[in-house]
Amino acid sequence: MASKGPEITDVTGILVNADLQLADFLIVAPVVIPILFSALLLMLRTRPATQGRIAIIGMALLALACFGLLQRVLDTGPVTMTMGRWVPPFGISFSVDIAGALLAFTSSVIAFVGSIYANSTASKLEMRYGFYPFFMAMMAGVSGAFLTGDLFNLYVWFEVLLISSFGMIVLGSEKNQLDGTMKYAFLNLVATTMFLMATGYTYGLTGTLNMADIWTKVNSGLLEGPVTTIAVLFFLAFAMKAAAFPMNFWLPASYHTPKFLVSAVFAGLLTKVGVYALLRVTLMLFADQRDLFAEIIAWIAALTMIAGVLGALAQNDIRRIFGYLVISGIGTMLAGLAIGSVTAITGILVYAVHSMIVMTALYLAAGVVGRMMNSNDLRQVGGIYAASPMFAAGFLILALSVSGLPPTSGFWGKFILVKATVELGAWWLTAAILISGLLTSIAIFRVWIFTFWRGGPSGTRDGAEAWKVEPLNQEYQLAAFISLGVLVLATFALGVFPEVLIGTAADGAKGLLYPTGYIESVFGGTQ
Amino acid sequence: MEIALALLVGCFFTVSIYLLLSKYVIRILLGVAILGNAVNLLIFTAGRLTKEIPPIIPEALQVPDGIIANPLPQALILTAIVISFSFFAFLLVLGYRAFQDLNTDDTDSMRFAEPVDEPNPPLGY
Amino acid sequence: MNTIIFRTFAPYLTALMVLFSVFILLRGHNDPGGGFIGGLLAASAFAIYGIANGVTPVRRAIYFHPISLAGFGLFIATLAGLPSILAQVPFLTGLWVYPKIGSVELALSTTLIFDIGVYFVVVGTITSIALALEERLED
Repeated sequence: MASKGPEITDVTGILVNADLQLADFLIVAPVVIPILFSALLLMLRTRPATQGRIAIIGMALLALACFGLLQRVLDTGPVTMTMGRWVPPFGISFSVDIAGALLAFTSSVIAFVGSIYANSTASKLEMRYGFYPFFMAMMAGVSGAFLTGDLFNLYVWFEVLLISSFGMIVLGSEKNQLDGTMKYAFLNLVATTMFLMATGYTYGLTGTLNMADIWTKVNSGLLEGPVTTIAVLFFLAFAMKAAAFPMNFWLPASYHTPKFLVSAVFAGLLTKVGVYALLRVTLMLFADQRDLFAEIIAWIAALTMIAGVLGALAQNDIRRIFGYLVISGIGTMLAGLAIGSVTAITGILVYAVHSMIVMTALYLAAGVVGRMMNSNDLRQVGGIYAASPMFAAGFLILALSVSGLPPTSGFWGKFILVKATVELGAWWLTAAILISGLLTSIAIFRVWIFTFWRGGPSGTRDGAEAWKVEPLNQEYQLAAFISLGVLVLATFALGVFPEVLIGTAADGAKGLLYPTGYIESVFGGTQ
Repeated sequence: MEIALALLVGCFFTVSIYLLLSKYVIRILLGVAILGNAVNLLIFTAGRLTKEIPPIIPEALQVPDGIIANPLPQALILTAIVISFSFFAFLLVLGYRAFQDLNTDDTDSMRFAEPVDEPNPPLGY
Repeated sequence: MNTIIFRTFAPYLTALMVLFSVFILLRGHNDPGGGFIGGLLAASAFAIYGIANGVTPVRRAIYFHPISLAGFGLFIATLAGLPSILAQVPFLTGLWVYPKIGSVELALSTTLIFDIGVYFVVVGTITSIALALEERLED
């Protein structure tokens, strides 16, 4: 039994003393809700009938909490809560500004849509192996990574999402899945170990792990030591997680092997967590150091864009094409990181939101194609336009979006980034973005033409006698229609009415570049 | 003492990178395990080394009596050890399973997800 | 390992170890001990029982699937943070109450609930691994 130690007389100095309202707890809700539901689903693992519905409820609550948090951050500026009442930097802080809240909200919507799709596809065996608990735990990791204000805590959330993603990617244990998982697991583990290494150096140099505290110390100019080396190490680790050239090869090797939903959620969320970490650490914490190697980042960005899209042009498998397009999108965002102006960061945030929506939708669409044609090979698909004109039209919007053409969200992200490169006068970076956009449109429209437009798979006669596709069962049809419909509408709506998103992203970009509000929210203006 | 530990960390990194560059899964796995330990030792060294005084506050006092060992790096390492241990266990099972199913532990011949003889994509129909 | 001495002795040893693990769990706040080490002790108790009498009796004895136990632990460990909403203090703040039962003053806290959660997580995961390995050996 815990005995009462000597009475501590004066504790006010080391404790947070503000009274908190229920709304203040919104900042931990996006982590607490998925963990609670993950635990609940773990207990109900042997009852697959209820799993899907509980997961949908959980994801809906998560999305609501993230929405509330975003509203709150927009109203009052950055919010901080330090666990266990210890004053920062001693307690572990959760600090969220607009950029973090925006991405957390988008990812929760993606997860919600994903859970609707999963409800109709997850098999009993997959549920017994814990698909839903892993999914929930991964969302806890993703939200935690977006919300935390502590470097080591960020590492822990990375590991949480990584280990649950391992569990999800290996479901099924077929030969190509094992092969894909090997490459995914090893390379991601090495990347997070590098992140831990950089965290260790940061602690050795600054004596703190709280991001706001690190920012204060790095910008005080009193720090003596290889700060730039640490910044480069962080960049290397996160770039590897985000699949930037030349560390991109794990992504197309693994993302086409798991269940369709799993690859959809991974493509939508995981690489973007890497991009977010790049923004938070490389851009916000080590801003001056980033300037020193900005040109290298620019080269990496250009090569990632071009290498990604060239890879997409050389593939047969639809999901492998999409995998390379994810990489190309990462390159586009890195171009913004290389520039580092307010416009560029706005562009990154808009593009990240767009990319989350559209990449998830494309992989889900690949899943529907896989259901209809029993294949994802360009040579063995065709004739879906005749079977479902709606689906073909939806895919067309996604294709426009991913190539950055109006009237979709992809256009605005690329537009702002191009504007940022032109403002800086980096013509070759402008050229790289535009060329990659052109090649992306070639790659994705080839998918559209082969899968939807032509009459049937290679070898069948085109034209009058259209290829018969497999009929879908009603439950699956409905789930696919809702999930794809929401995402297609989202990318279309954000393309036609982009003001809200761009305005929010611009505020988020200012918050990342001039984080005084963030620092004040952590230290309460006392330091 | 710091220099000795720094050299040891350097040795660990050398060994682990050498193993990671191998094409056999089991060696890569050992490389990952050693890499994790190298990083743990690195954090330990970066947290400054002190004489073995446990960070415990005597019952009568409210603050520690004199210089104590820094407990934070040890807490960080403990977390990292638990995490890297579970990852190692997962990868070990995965590698074993892959060896059983794919009949190889040579990454050069692990080409099931990305077949070697894939033809070029169709250019027209 | 299937000697009659071990098989007769194992249930008593298991009971003793589980009891001791609870003791370790409860003294953990101010003294060496706590949920993690207590959970390890309990898991090894189940492992010993499994070695002596086979895996099926262990599964029957703990009734719930070990993974479900781990899920339960995770659940209450997370719940332990929630009372701080009522107390209007940050998440996961340790809150204490000292109820008096007769002349004994009990020190109860949310950290204790958290520690019990950790205990169950460790018991669940380690037991499920140990039982899976022992099932392999029996085949």
